[in-house]
Order: sequence, then structure tokens, then C-alpha cells
Amino acid sequence: MSQRSEVLLWGAQRVSAMVLALCVGVHLVTMIIAVRSGLSGAEILGRTQGNVAWFAFYTLFVIAVSVHAPIGLRTILGETLGWRGSATNLLIAVSGVILALWGMRAVFAVFGGGQA
Amino acid sequence: MQTLKVRIWRGAENGAFQEFEVPRLESQTVLDVVTHVQRKCDPTLAYRFACRVGVCGSCAMTVNGQSRWTCRTHVDKVAENGTVEIAPLRNLPVVRDLVTDMREFFDKWAKARGRFTGSKTRKDDFERVSPESKERKRVDAGIECIGCGVCYSACDVVSWNRDYLGPAALNRAWTLVNDVRDTAQAERLAAVAGDAGCHACHTHTNCTERCPKGLSPTAGIAGLKRAVLSATLSGKI
Amino acid sequence: MSSPGTRAAGMKNDYRARNHPAYWAFIVHRVSGLLLTLFLPLHFWALGQAFHGAAGLDGFLAWTQHPLVKFAETGLVLLLAAHMSGGLRLLLIEFLDWRERQKSLLAVAAGLTLACGLAFLLNLV
Repeated sequence: MSQRSEVLLWGAQRVSAMVLALCVGVHLVTMIIAVRSGLSGAEILGRTQGNVAWFAFYTLFVIAVSVHAPIGLRTILGETLGWRGSATNLLIAVSGVILALWGMRAVFAVFGGGQA
Repeated sequence: MQTLKVRIWRGAENGAFQEFEVPRLESQTVLDVVTHVQRKCDPTLAYRFACRVGVCGSCAMTVNGQSRWTCRTHVDKVAENGTVEIAPLRNLPVVRDLVTDMREFFDKWAKARGRFTGSKTRKDDFERVSPESKERKRVDAGIECIGCGVCYSACDVVSWNRDYLGPAALNRAWTLVNDVRDTAQAERLAAVAGDAGCHACHTHTNCTERCPKGLSPTAGIAGLKRAVLSATLSGKI
Repeated sequence: MSSPGTRAAGMKNDYRARNHPAYWAFIVHRVSGLLLTLFLPLHFWALGQAFHGAAGLDGFLAWTQHPLVKFAETGLVLLLAAHMSGGLRLLLIEFLDWRERQKSLLAVAAGLTLACGLAFLLNLV
């Protein structure tokens, strides 16, 4: 991978980290409040179903984490197992796309699930 | 007479520790101990030193698992249960006993473009750099490095990635990035970019913890990360 | 130079070279990042149960009433809070000239993590 790409990957991980810091902050507060009266499916869906703001928030969250986590995993594979090179890069790219799709499936589920 | 038990590394990387007993003296440094062993116990012991007073940086070794200048390390400070373990620096090929081959370490200074490139000749006047300027203060913070290799030996990222330039070379590059007279800035930023350069640093701060001069290569490397990213985004490298 | 991924020559450091707070912070960051990454697909799977409506989610949530699962959930909250606060510390070090405050940043990150974990646990039980 070119040096330029390496630098841009580093930058992408930092920028996604900044986005995630905000998202995780909101997520932590939501969780702490939500578990207060016990979690229920109705309570969760009551918050998220048809709510465009939550949909946009979770979409941003999923995209940011799908950028952030695979880059971190790539570093760990390189440093711990010595896996570096194009095969590893491909594996990482594919896992990022799958994570994003899998995450968006969850976002659609809590946005519109059970109604369709 | 009180004695000190010393375990000293013998041989190359596949060597082993050999135990010696030396007299325990007041204000004794680890270098004093090594010198005693070489002069009184086994003249074949190989080690390096020159100034004995923390100026040259030749006597760096691994003392009880930590990279240190042996001349500035008092036995009082490091002895555990009356024992001191002395080994060569880490992350460098061991030549014999306490001596490492430091070529990789110095080659990386060159790779990181650690030399000044100016545009003026001896006929030009001096460049005026204000001691108060942000750049000059950053240079001051890193310039006292004497190249002893303690940070390089302490760095895990070097262990994990042999091509990583390491804290000392990157610290040197950072002082030159902040040298307003230097004319090779784009080449230098390109030289320290990416996976073998500054972006491999994980801010373990092993280098900053161990630097005998109290420098913080971590801070300089963080500066390089930012400078390289902005040069990349603006298409300069 | 050596091929990419080659480890350095020479002898290697052991725990004695690594026993300081910033290194512990690195271990926490790496381990929490890895565990959270592994947990994410499961999390997304659980939320996907919402395709079967509130009942679908409740089917899964019934399982989370188990004390052991609650314990594990609190662990996950701690991991998330630790990774976030430790990550904020790294961003501050990397993007601002702030090295004198490194040690206090570590304490703040640890405090934030524990506060999140405790707040979650107290609300959960």
C-alpha cells in the first residue's frame, strides 16, 4: 500500500474517532437512561421507529465504526500476527463493508421493523 | 565487606546471564560495577563507555529490564534484593556481551532525513530566528538528544516493525521540520510518513519515560503526524 | 531494509520496560477495541430481531435478565467507556501540544470510564 494511502488511513481513523467520540457519548447516556426502568422491545422501538433523527444518528454511527474498527484491526493483525500486505488489506476492506451492511440492517430494523 | 550480586549477559543473542559478586561501594554506579567485573573478574567482558559522566551516551544498557545510561544509574536506585541484572540494549543485534551493533539505529536517522539542508552560503548573513517563536521553542524541546539509543531500545513499535524509524530519528526530523532555514521540508515529511514512520507510533510513551535527557519524542512524533497529514491532504507530498 | 512485518533484531523487552500508566492505557485501548469489534456483529444481530417487532426484541431481552448477562453487559459498557475516554486522550495528545498534561489526562480517562460503568450498573439493578 502506498505511503499516501497509509497516511490517509491514519487520518480516516482519527476523523472517525472524533465522530465516534460524540456518538458513543450519546449512546452511553441513552443506555444509562434506558436501562433505568428495564429494557423492553416496545420502549426501544417507541424511541426509534419512524424517527428520522435517530435513523440519521445511527447511520452516522454505523458508518463511522465501519471505518474505525477495521483500520484498528488491520494494525493489530500487522503488529501481532505479522499479517501485512494486499491479502490482509483486502480482508480488512471486505470486513469493513460487511460490518457496514450488517449494521445498516440493524438500523433499518429498529427504524421500520415490525411495521412493514 | 558488603557485596552485590550481578547477572551480566554473555555472548550474542543466544547467550546467557553469568553471575558475579562485586564489592558494594558507596555512590556506586552500574558502570562502576561493569568496569569492576571487566578489570577484576573477567577481562573478556565486552562493553562500551567513554565519558562516564552522561555526556556521550555510549554506555546505554538494559539494567533490571529498563534501558538506561549505566554511568548515571546508581546501584542504590536499581538494585533489587541486592541483585542487579545487566544486559545489552534491546531491538539491536548483539555483537557480544553488552555491546550492540547500532548501525540500524543511525541509518534510520539518515532515512528520516535527519540532516540539515540550507540555501545560504558562507557569504550570506546569519538567519535571524527569534527564541520566542513557536518553531524555535519546538526545536529547543527536542534538540538535546545525544543519540544514545535508550528510546529506540525501549520502544515496542520498533520490536513489532523492524522498519519503524524509531523515536530518536523521528525526534530529530521534528526539530528540522521546525527549522525555518531548512529547504528540504517536503522530502523530510515524505520520509517520515506512514507505516514505518510517525503514524506507526502508539503513544506508549516508553521513549518519553526512559529518555535520560528528559525529552519527549512522543510529543515530536505527534507533531509529525499532524504535519504529514496536512501535507498529504494539501497535496504537498 | 527488511521485508514488511519483520520484527526487530536483538533481544526484546519484557514487562519491566512496560510497567507505567501510559502503557497500561495502551493495553486497555487495544484489548477494549478488539473485544468491542468482535461484539459488534452480535449487537447488530440482536437489534435485527426488531424486524419481528417488539416481540422479537423482547424474546432476546428476556435472555439479558440473567445476572451473568447483566454482569457481561456492564463489562461491555466499561469497555466502551474506556475505549472512548482513552481515545479522547490520544486525540488530545496527537492533535494538541499538551504533553505536560499527559498524566492528568490518563486520570481523567480512568475516572470517566469508572463513572460510566457505575452509572450503568446502578441503573441496571
